[in-house]
Amino acid sequence: MSAPLIEMRGITKSFGAVKANEAVDLSVTPGEILGLLGENGAGKTTLMNVLFGAYAPDAGEILVEGRPVAIHNSADALAAGIGMVHQHFHLAPRLTVLENLLIGIPGKSGRIDRARGLARLTEISRQYGLSLDPNLPVSALSVGEQQRLEIIKALFRGAKLLILDEPTAVLAPSEVDGLFAALRSMAAQGLGIIFISHKLNEVRALTHRCVVLRHGKVAGRVDHPAETTSAEMARLMCGHEIVPPVKEASTPGAAVLTLDGISTAGHAGTPLRDVSLSVRAGEILGIAGVSGNGQRALADVISGMLPPGAGAMTIAGKTVKQFSPRELQALGLGRIPEDRMTTGLVTNLPLADSMVLPRIGTEAFSRKGLLNPAAIRAFAEAQIKAYDIRCPGPMVRAGALSGGNLQKALLARELAFDPKVLIVSQPTRGLDIGAARFIHEKFLAMRARGCGIIVIGEDLEELLMLSDRIAVMYEGRIAGTLPSADATVARLGLMMTGAGQTEEAA
Amino acid sequence: MFRLEARTSTPAWFNLALPLIAIAATLILCSGLIAIAGAGVIEAYGVMLSASLGDSYAITETLVRAAPMIFTGLAVAIAFRAKFWNIGAEGQLLAGAVASCFVGAIPMPGTLAMLLMALAGATAGALVALVPATLRVKFKVDDVVSSLLLNSVIYYALMALIEGPWKDTFSGYPISPPIEDSANFPVLIEGTRLHLGVIVALIAAPLCWFLIARTTLGFRIRVTGENPEAARYGGINVQRVLLSTALLSGALAGLAGVGEVGGVHFQVMSDISPGYGYSGIVVAMLARLNPLGVVPAAIFLAAVMTGAEAMSRATGVPAFLSDVIQGTALLAMLVALLFTAYRIRRVGAQT
Repeated sequence: MSAPLIEMRGITKSFGAVKANEAVDLSVTPGEILGLLGENGAGKTTLMNVLFGAYAPDAGEILVEGRPVAIHNSADALAAGIGMVHQHFHLAPRLTVLENLLIGIPGKSGRIDRARGLARLTEISRQYGLSLDPNLPVSALSVGEQQRLEIIKALFRGAKLLILDEPTAVLAPSEVDGLFAALRSMAAQGLGIIFISHKLNEVRALTHRCVVLRHGKVAGRVDHPAETTSAEMARLMCGHEIVPPVKEASTPGAAVLTLDGISTAGHAGTPLRDVSLSVRAGEILGIAGVSGNGQRALADVISGMLPPGAGAMTIAGKTVKQFSPRELQALGLGRIPEDRMTTGLVTNLPLADSMVLPRIGTEAFSRKGLLNPAAIRAFAEAQIKAYDIRCPGPMVRAGALSGGNLQKALLARELAFDPKVLIVSQPTRGLDIGAARFIHEKFLAMRARGCGIIVIGEDLEELLMLSDRIAVMYEGRIAGTLPSADATVARLGLMMTGAGQTEEAA
Repeated sequence: MFRLEARTSTPAWFNLALPLIAIAATLILCSGLIAIAGAGVIEAYGVMLSASLGDSYAITETLVRAAPMIFTGLAVAIAFRAKFWNIGAEGQLLAGAVASCFVGAIPMPGTLAMLLMALAGATAGALVALVPATLRVKFKVDDVVSSLLLNSVIYYALMALIEGPWKDTFSGYPISPPIEDSANFPVLIEGTRLHLGVIVALIAAPLCWFLIARTTLGFRIRVTGENPEAARYGGINVQRVLLSTALLSGALAGLAGVGEVGGVHFQVMSDISPGYGYSGIVVAMLARLNPLGVVPAAIFLAAVMTGAEAMSRATGVPAFLSDVIQGTALLAMLVALLFTAYRIRRVGAQT
């Protein structure tokens, strides 16, 4: 094995009393893809922020090609050949691909050297198979293309080691394959890659070696991820066995939600075209599809954010008239948005405020325009206890909670009112195994109690595990519906491309 | 080397300490100017303090000055809570002053006149604030720019009024006719200018706090300001909340003008407000947008204004120092607010 490209020795970093990293050792050799696994809060991001210079470690040292280096900021990291692709991209949307690459690159006598930039971009594109039109504005790029630009940006600045923080969280399954191919090609040409994830199948498919963090410490190292079972890695991550939840047989009742010929206009994404579907009591309907095929519009219509241009919708037999969040809630609809941080919660206000937000005007939390702080607090405290939401209390800033706990809080605020229908989008995106498991169990429990649930998602394994039926969306239409007993990843994948057979929606 | 590092939480005592630190920093920074003007720093600040808060008469004068800034401070604090960027409290104040002066000049029983003056002034201020809010809600016009520019429109409209139809034919001065004597706000302590409006201002602050903290409208204002998307998803009519906030904010700023007409000047002239509307922004920021904090913040600025005049007479330092102190206090507070989100860490010195 060649000498390590980068080596972190005994890295320790504390935030107050919390040890985010404790004596972590890690190394990457040229040509190696290292998986960094761990649940949310295990210290993966902190460790990488130390490597990238965002945090100064309390103890430990970093060696680049055998030489100790001091990294105080991202400029130092880049100079040492370390590039990072964050979960949230740092791009200027109005500038073109090439201009974004040239930001901060010194030009000739104060002028931007476009020609040299373009030459370098072409070279990188060819070398690693990462093509992008240099003259397109970033705002015209898809999420996958923006990510590609971030990778190119790091390579452009001479990165020899590339850190990717949960890069697949934002990608559709088809885009993931493209990313993996590019990463393999980079590794084959001698770059080192650190791939942060908690998706075990991805880590097993891509990485050469992996390091598992738990509570800030190295919980284990896996030398041959492809030959290690997911269960074994999950045990390292969580410290205990993870058993998938049992889905009991159920007999669905009457339809609790129907959409009849719904079409939309004036939506930012793909509009809906003549969508009809129904969910029965005690049934989970999965909605699969490549991202951007109208799932957003479907979720927005059902949750009252987008009145449809045509078509009708009923909830528990009653026709929806205004398509406002309040009306839908009153009819018995529970909603969990795709983006918990921006749509679900108010991160700067106390957690309790977010938990009562959709029902603040109801008798439960206010009377004649006056809030009932005691009731609000009591409700939040009860839900925190019932859902085991880890937080200092109901008055803590919502933004201080981890993703899994926020999702539990959103689930709690809806399920507390015993909805007849529940619509959720990407329910476990970004959550670790333990939290995802908890969410799945709650859905199945609601199903057993006769709630009709629509799960919109991109994780086909999850949809297959939860759903009774799966509908596939393609270009704003329902391309077909399958009972999940008949569905396989391959068959759904085919339908998602618009090539599958169309069956009548039930 | 020092650098900023994101905080995971903010200690509670910061809320109280930050404005005090900002004020201390302001006074230290401005002492340089006093020294340059050739006066003793301690002496100058001493005169300021004794002239503004040193005896009971000085205190009443400071409170009279604080009253309009309490109103404009509340107006700005509530607007900023909803992220309705109302920089137009000055214009709303002037509109309130004109409307209340118009009503106050009509002969009628005193109590009725005062009530109608308040109503007219609040309505006028609210309507002015509704303009930038409507432009933002309907046409996405930037409310900072529109509310700020509207100040000039209102100011020159007022000038046109007092140079034109309202001009005093007897003296020829550009001042409005005075309000009826019976409409003058009662003075609370004989021999001072402490008028009823000051008490109303002091009561308005806890009422505004109650509105923000304890009512559903206040809840909706807070949520809309912090995250309009989540508010909309939660069933809040964000546009209506913004318009309601604007009406409320404008009405409070309008009441500042009412107090100046009914309790201090009894008529409208071009310099009826020495920038109380803009000072309201400083007050609201020092108060960290908390209506209860508006009262001490307004009193601080009022004390600086009152004290600066006495200091100028005693030491020869120009009274403009009070404007410098205001501006510096705003900047110092904005810098101080940085430390609620970040802390300074020493790096690079480790071995």
